[in-house]
Amino acid sequence: MQIKLSEEQLLLRETVRRFAEEVVRPRAREIDASGEFPRDFYDRAGELGLAGVAVPEAYGGAGMDTVSYCLVIEEISRVCATSGVILSVNNSLVCDPILDFGSEDQKREFLTSLASGEKLGCFALTESDAGSDPAALRTTARRDGDDYVLDGSKIFITNGTHADLAIVFATVDREKRHKGITAFVVPCDAPGLSRGGHEYKLGVNASGTTELVFDGVRVPERFRLGGEGDGFKVAMSTLDGGRVGIAAQAVGIAQGAFDEAVTYAQQREQFGKPIASFQAIQFYLADMSTELDAGRLLTWKAAWAKDRGKRFTLEAAQAKLFTSEMAQRVTNKALQIHGGYGYTRDYDVERFFRDARITEIYEGTSEIQKMVIASAVLGD
Amino acid sequence: MPTVAADSTAGVGFELTEEQEILRGEVRRFAEERIRPGLAERDRERRFPAAIVREMGEMGLLGMLVEERHGGAGFSPLSYVIAVEELARVCPSTAVTMSVSNSVCCWPIAHFGSEELKRRVLPALASGAGLGAFALTEPGSGSDAGSLQTRAERRGGEWVLDGEKAWVSNAGYATHYVVVARTDPDAGKRGISAFVVPADAPGLEVGEPEKKLGLRASRTAPLAFRECRVAAENLLGEAGQGFKIALATLDHSRLGIAAQSVGIHQRALELAVEYARDRVQFGVPIGRHQGVGFQLAEMATRLEAARLLTRHAALEESGSRAGRLASEAKLFASEAANLACYQALQIHGGNGFSEDYEISRLYRDVRVTSIYEGTSEMQRWVIARHLLLENPARPG
Repeated sequence: MQIKLSEEQLLLRETVRRFAEEVVRPRAREIDASGEFPRDFYDRAGELGLAGVAVPEAYGGAGMDTVSYCLVIEEISRVCATSGVILSVNNSLVCDPILDFGSEDQKREFLTSLASGEKLGCFALTESDAGSDPAALRTTARRDGDDYVLDGSKIFITNGTHADLAIVFATVDREKRHKGITAFVVPCDAPGLSRGGHEYKLGVNASGTTELVFDGVRVPERFRLGGEGDGFKVAMSTLDGGRVGIAAQAVGIAQGAFDEAVTYAQQREQFGKPIASFQAIQFYLADMSTELDAGRLLTWKAAWAKDRGKRFTLEAAQAKLFTSEMAQRVTNKALQIHGGYGYTRDYDVERFFRDARITEIYEGTSEIQKMVIASAVLGD
Repeated sequence: MPTVAADSTAGVGFELTEEQEILRGEVRRFAEERIRPGLAERDRERRFPAAIVREMGEMGLLGMLVEERHGGAGFSPLSYVIAVEELARVCPSTAVTMSVSNSVCCWPIAHFGSEELKRRVLPALASGAGLGAFALTEPGSGSDAGSLQTRAERRGGEWVLDGEKAWVSNAGYATHYVVVARTDPDAGKRGISAFVVPADAPGLEVGEPEKKLGLRASRTAPLAFRECRVAAENLLGEAGQGFKIALATLDHSRLGIAAQSVGIHQRALELAVEYARDRVQFGVPIGRHQGVGFQLAEMATRLEAARLLTRHAALEESGSRAGRLASEAKLFASEAANLACYQALQIHGGNGFSEDYEISRLYRDVRVTSIYEGTSEMQRWVIARHLLLENPARPG
């Protein structure tokens, strides 16, 4: 066992931290308030190789490992969780399934432009009546000659307002439940595909969350990812990787809030001394630091397990469960330390507190993670 | 960006080395075959397993962190926490007996003792011929160790100790005690020194063993020093360094207690999983009920977090963040293990409240992990102190 970042990883972290401070931070509050999708941020992140961190260089990516990817998501999210999830979706939920399940032609046609940041991707699985139970999805894919015709609608699609490509899950036969689900790569300008408006959310407000409606959208067979009926496996395997990205995002949000809390506690004076000298505040900081370090280790372990090429479902679920709930507690205490000021939009902890909440929900709720972990522990 | 080279000396990896896996396997086998039989009886009778302790010495488990030239096994801190975890998984009492001798007796001697002292004392301790203990706490001095009152006075070629120590693990079975005493009453924390006191030193008396809630197969007793004479050569480091030595020792020994907590947590989870699979209510094994299954998931997740914090702290043992990381590991692992034992007993229902079930003993044993070697409150204090020093507030 060894926990020591390599020269390359340290350099990457420093580069991304500078980018986050110089490019991302100045606009973080503004896009949170307006909901405006930061496409310019994504373009510049792409130039740095952050749109496909773990995608091989041959396909336009940065060719790094998954721990490096976690460093990227953590550093961006430490400043702006919206920007963090935009990258996490493109890396984990869009590039990864094409890399893992796509044909050589599909990798050349789609992956290269996504991993280089030239194009932006989204992942369309969730529907109004299929959230934690994705096998209940109703979007259909009907075979028609050499094409499939997609009908239905998807909700809560991160990056949806601005994506160029979507990974879409539809069923070729609802009777077959999860065995009928099939994945497609769909260009977002395909005739019949329309997007809803901006979803105003409690947190990560500028991540382009919207509805996608498919009305007779025709896609050629060569856009199908894997075989008919492989979609559920594609989705589950992709979400394992996605959970590592969200764990890194949660660690980043918590670290951002923690840093603010440490600084504030030392500057704010009450009863004639900095509040950091009171035991209650010190103990909060100690618990926050402890949980943060634990969460980062769980996240890196899941990332390491992913790169070993074996199944890492348990590691990813544990990392995601722990870090998301940790981020909730840490941002809550950071806000508490800021007192009334923390409840205003003049301080970033208010945003971190709101942003943390979604990490317990998307990419599988905490309850779904517990189902996954319990089943592994019980050997079901 | 270049791909991280596989042969790079740096990197993030979680696998144990082959040597560590072998050690883990050997300690687990020893614990299951030699320690588990008779466990419940020793607990009931509060009996110290002297023969087993000697065998641990023969295996090299009592001088794990002592260099080979002083008769030790020369293991890394990571190997050490792996061994403690495996012992605690079966018997937390035996684990603490072993951890005390390694962490708070051998370790300070190896780090602060003179070469002569190390040669004289360590081989016996490391081989299991001897056993070590540490006497810091007093009836009136617990978390506030700097307020200790045991005195040591220089008389000719000797130090003469007077005072009372409390809560000394291994007392009565130990052959050597690291004792912390005040040598200069006017110098505060800088007037404190540490000594190696042989068990047969004249004037050293071992009191009545404590009747404890848990860890009943480990021995804990007070010590009284009545004009107890110790050779000048048995001073650890220099006079006045005792408080520093004690704090450094505790920073290190927290790893052992963190590892003990992880071992208990591991066993609590195993017992809960086994019970949840076998016990049927409402027509299905209770593990299938989300109210039970989700508790297992939480226990398993916190266990992994505690183990990673503990192993990471062991890896960083000599680094600049060592003190904070050891306290974080000890705080988290002990609190998580307490919660895990609570949940595991709850899953056992009424059966868990019976001495027939192992979980009832673990539930008692685990309680002290968030108290000794620094309470959770002291860990939080230590962590906060490091944090505020590491992160001076930015101006503005």
